[in-house]
Amino acid sequence: MLELRDVQVVFDGFRALDGVDLTVPEGELRFLIGPNGAGKTTLIDVITGLTRPASGSVRFGGLDLVGRKEHQIVRLGVGRTFQTSVVFEELTVVENLDLAASFRKPLWSLTRRRRGVSEAVEEALARTGLEELAERSAGVLSHGQRQWLEIGMLLAQRPRLLLLDEPVAGMSKDERERTGELLTQIADDHTVIVVEHDMEFLRRHASTVTVLHEGRVLVEGSVGQVSADPRVQEVYLGRRKAEDAVGNRP
Amino acid sequence: MIRRPPPFAAAIGRHLPFAAVAAVALVAAPLLLEPFRLGLLAKYLCYAIVALGIGLAWGQGGMLALGQGVFFGLGGYSMAMYLKLTEAGPGGLPDFMVWSGVAELPALWTPFASPVFAVGMAVAGPVALAVVLGTLVFRQRVRGAYFAILTQALAAAMVILLVGQQGLSGGTNGMTNFFELFGQDLAEDSTQRGLYLVVAGVLGVLYLATRQLVRSRYGRLLVAVRDGEDRVRFLGYDPALVKTVTFAVSAGMAGLAGALFVPVVGIISPALLGVVPSLELVVAVAVGGRHVLAGAVLGAVVMGYAKTAFSEQFADGWLYLQGALFILVMTLAPKGIAGIAQSVVGRLRRARTT
Repeated sequence: MLELRDVQVVFDGFRALDGVDLTVPEGELRFLIGPNGAGKTTLIDVITGLTRPASGSVRFGGLDLVGRKEHQIVRLGVGRTFQTSVVFEELTVVENLDLAASFRKPLWSLTRRRRGVSEAVEEALARTGLEELAERSAGVLSHGQRQWLEIGMLLAQRPRLLLLDEPVAGMSKDERERTGELLTQIADDHTVIVVEHDMEFLRRHASTVTVLHEGRVLVEGSVGQVSADPRVQEVYLGRRKAEDAVGNRP
Repeated sequence: MIRRPPPFAAAIGRHLPFAAVAAVALVAAPLLLEPFRLGLLAKYLCYAIVALGIGLAWGQGGMLALGQGVFFGLGGYSMAMYLKLTEAGPGGLPDFMVWSGVAELPALWTPFASPVFAVGMAVAGPVALAVVLGTLVFRQRVRGAYFAILTQALAAAMVILLVGQQGLSGGTNGMTNFFELFGQDLAEDSTQRGLYLVVAGVLGVLYLATRQLVRSRYGRLLVAVRDGEDRVRFLGYDPALVKTVTFAVSAGMAGLAGALFVPVVGIISPALLGVVPSLELVVAVAVGGRHVLAGAVLGAVVMGYAKTAFSEQFADGWLYLQGALFILVMTLAPKGIAGIAQSVVGRLRRARTT
């Protein structure tokens, strides 16, 4: 479904991505890990049109994404969240979701007032558990709730591919737990790519993992395979002790 | 526990403020004000139409448009050209052209003999210019202060252009001496009262339409673009399109206001649409409260009235007072008069429920 071939991104002479090949089949939940500066977020930026690659191709469902504008890529069914969640604080939770859900409507039809709540919005509210807060302004939400609202906005758009950039960063333990459940649920009927730093989260929820290192794909495989790989232990876990390694616990 | 009023009463209550203001503006003002004051009020209401557009573009959309005078001027000049041509009669030349030694009516002027064309151009001209400008500027992701400076430069350029084209535009003096509009004598009190009612009516209709727009999904989208343009892009919308459309709507309003202004006030000149008048309107919107449409309208009327009242007493003091007012509002009540009113109402409500 998503196919990256030999993608290169250069920032002022620095190779952020140095020939990345990545294939994500439909329906997969893929984790993207790697040390800081490995190019994880850059990879997401390339897929969503925020960064233009110097060379290489990005194909989604048979279409070339390189050169398309951000909003056009969204319209093809690729949605993303950001590391720092951005929700519209002056709008209510339900208005945020409704705006996300209405993006396929022509501009003139938006001049009518919203009556009630659409099915997609209702579903997103239920999935993210934000029903109680629907009429509250998004500015009062906690950090975790904002992240859920962002994921909810993504779901309300009914995308084919979801890209989540560190969805559990800065979350409390309970919030991580809930986000993990949400993620597993979403992965049932969506293709999802998650960039994540959090090892425990990875161990609990990941199936297939791609490890990036210095702008290249180092290893790809199941959590067990990847964490057993000596190269991964070397570059990713660095000086950490062996028992800290990914998946070494049962 | 909040007590909900019955729906019928709620519906009336919601429309009551607007209905009350409309009644005062359409019935009480024409009956109570002497013709001279009514004429002044009509002028303020013309400015209020521009302010409404600024409230939409700036208050809701975050586009600080410092050159609305350009659009106001395009509308005003369109109307003035029509009035000048009717006055000159078929085949005749407007007075200022004769003085500048123009022998033949310029081709640019000919279509403005038609009132439909003139009024149409008063709106379509500004909209077209705003679409071109918006497309160029917003696609390149120019925003914030850069956009503001660009619009202001446009206002300065417009003045230079008008002053330079003496034979086409009447130069620094602009155009004046209008005697009749659609066969009505402009000096008559009844004509002026009619004009006032038209201006008030147009403002009322535009206000309701804009309020509807702001409350619609489009209005939510506009606020979202203001607060997080990049995020909106990743929701699948094109912020440049949203901004261009909004900017064009506000330009169209300014153009229509200019067209109404000319028969009401009897003159259009570069001094009425350059950098300073454009800024004055933005200041008025800020004083009234840019986040609320009614605040923008109120600001234009209050500042217009204050300018007249103050200038009658101290001829040159107004500029200082205006500057002082602007600083006061920005530092003490950044949400303007409307913001103060909202917090007072909010406090009263809370006092009543507890």
